Amino acid sequence: MLAVVTPMVTGTSCRCLPDNSPCSLGLSKCEYAVNSQRPVNLDLRTIKLPNTAISSILHRITGVILFVGIAVLLYGLDKSLASEQGFAEVKECLTSPLAKFVVWGLLSGLMYHLTAGIRHLIMDLDIGVTLEGGKLGANLVFIISAILIVLMGVWIW
Amino acid sequence: MVTNVTNFSRSGLYDWMAQRVTAVVLAAYSLFLLGYILANPGMGYAEWQGLFANSWMRIFSLMSLVALSAHAWIGLWSVTTDYLTPMTLGNWATGVRFLVQALCGIIMFVLFVWGVQILWGI
Repeated sequence: MLAVVTPMVTGTSCRCLPDNSPCSLGLSKCEYAVNSQRPVNLDLRTIKLPNTAISSILHRITGVILFVGIAVLLYGLDKSLASEQGFAEVKECLTSPLAKFVVWGLLSGLMYHLTAGIRHLIMDLDIGVTLEGGKLGANLVFIISAILIVLMGVWIW
Repeated sequence: MVTNVTNFSRSGLYDWMAQRVTAVVLAAYSLFLLGYILANPGMGYAEWQGLFANSWMRIFSLMSLVALSAHAWIGLWSVTTDYLTPMTLGNWATGVRFLVQALCGIIMFVLFVWGVQILWGI
């Protein structure tokens, strides 16, 4: 079985929370996560997800959506590059409400995934890797990607 | 160190690095394409075809396709490894996870070859 690396596993104390606050996972589980040599596979279904976790899971969901979307985009690229007629057909297709919705959906996924990805890179530079910084970063990702998604919608329609 | 036989580079550290390097390539490519389309409203076939006929654009596209293949594999591997576990699926988890990961790999390979055909078919 493989392990989920959680931020709290590596330290010698429960770094995810201020020292005086109660551990949201229950003390024993938290202590286990801290003291165990192996990372713990936490059962997400039993945990109330904070904003940071929601931003992380959305990053994964949009990643999977984009993977599925590659086939759609490659099909469009193939057709549009193959001939003048194919290009015209793709252009014509993109005027239909369904095609617009699909493209908007894929662009929305891309905008979220890109924004959350940039946040990852910023955090890799050791910026915002505190509890407060993590929460702020997650909320910024929600706000910035929401603006970009709306802008994409405005562009498409 | 936790090692695993199905991840991309047999090392979490290399996977971590590869995921970031490929992400930067993909970000550059998608922003470039999006910007190009935005900057050229009402673009015709000649211009679109001409863009992809450039050698630098073929190199950029192929680089992105390679980056995408690695990025998608590492990402899908992480997600399937985290969620398709005995905790969620019971005794069949290892078999199901292996099949799903194999399917992801096959699909990504097919998409890669298709992409190469598109780029070199112009």
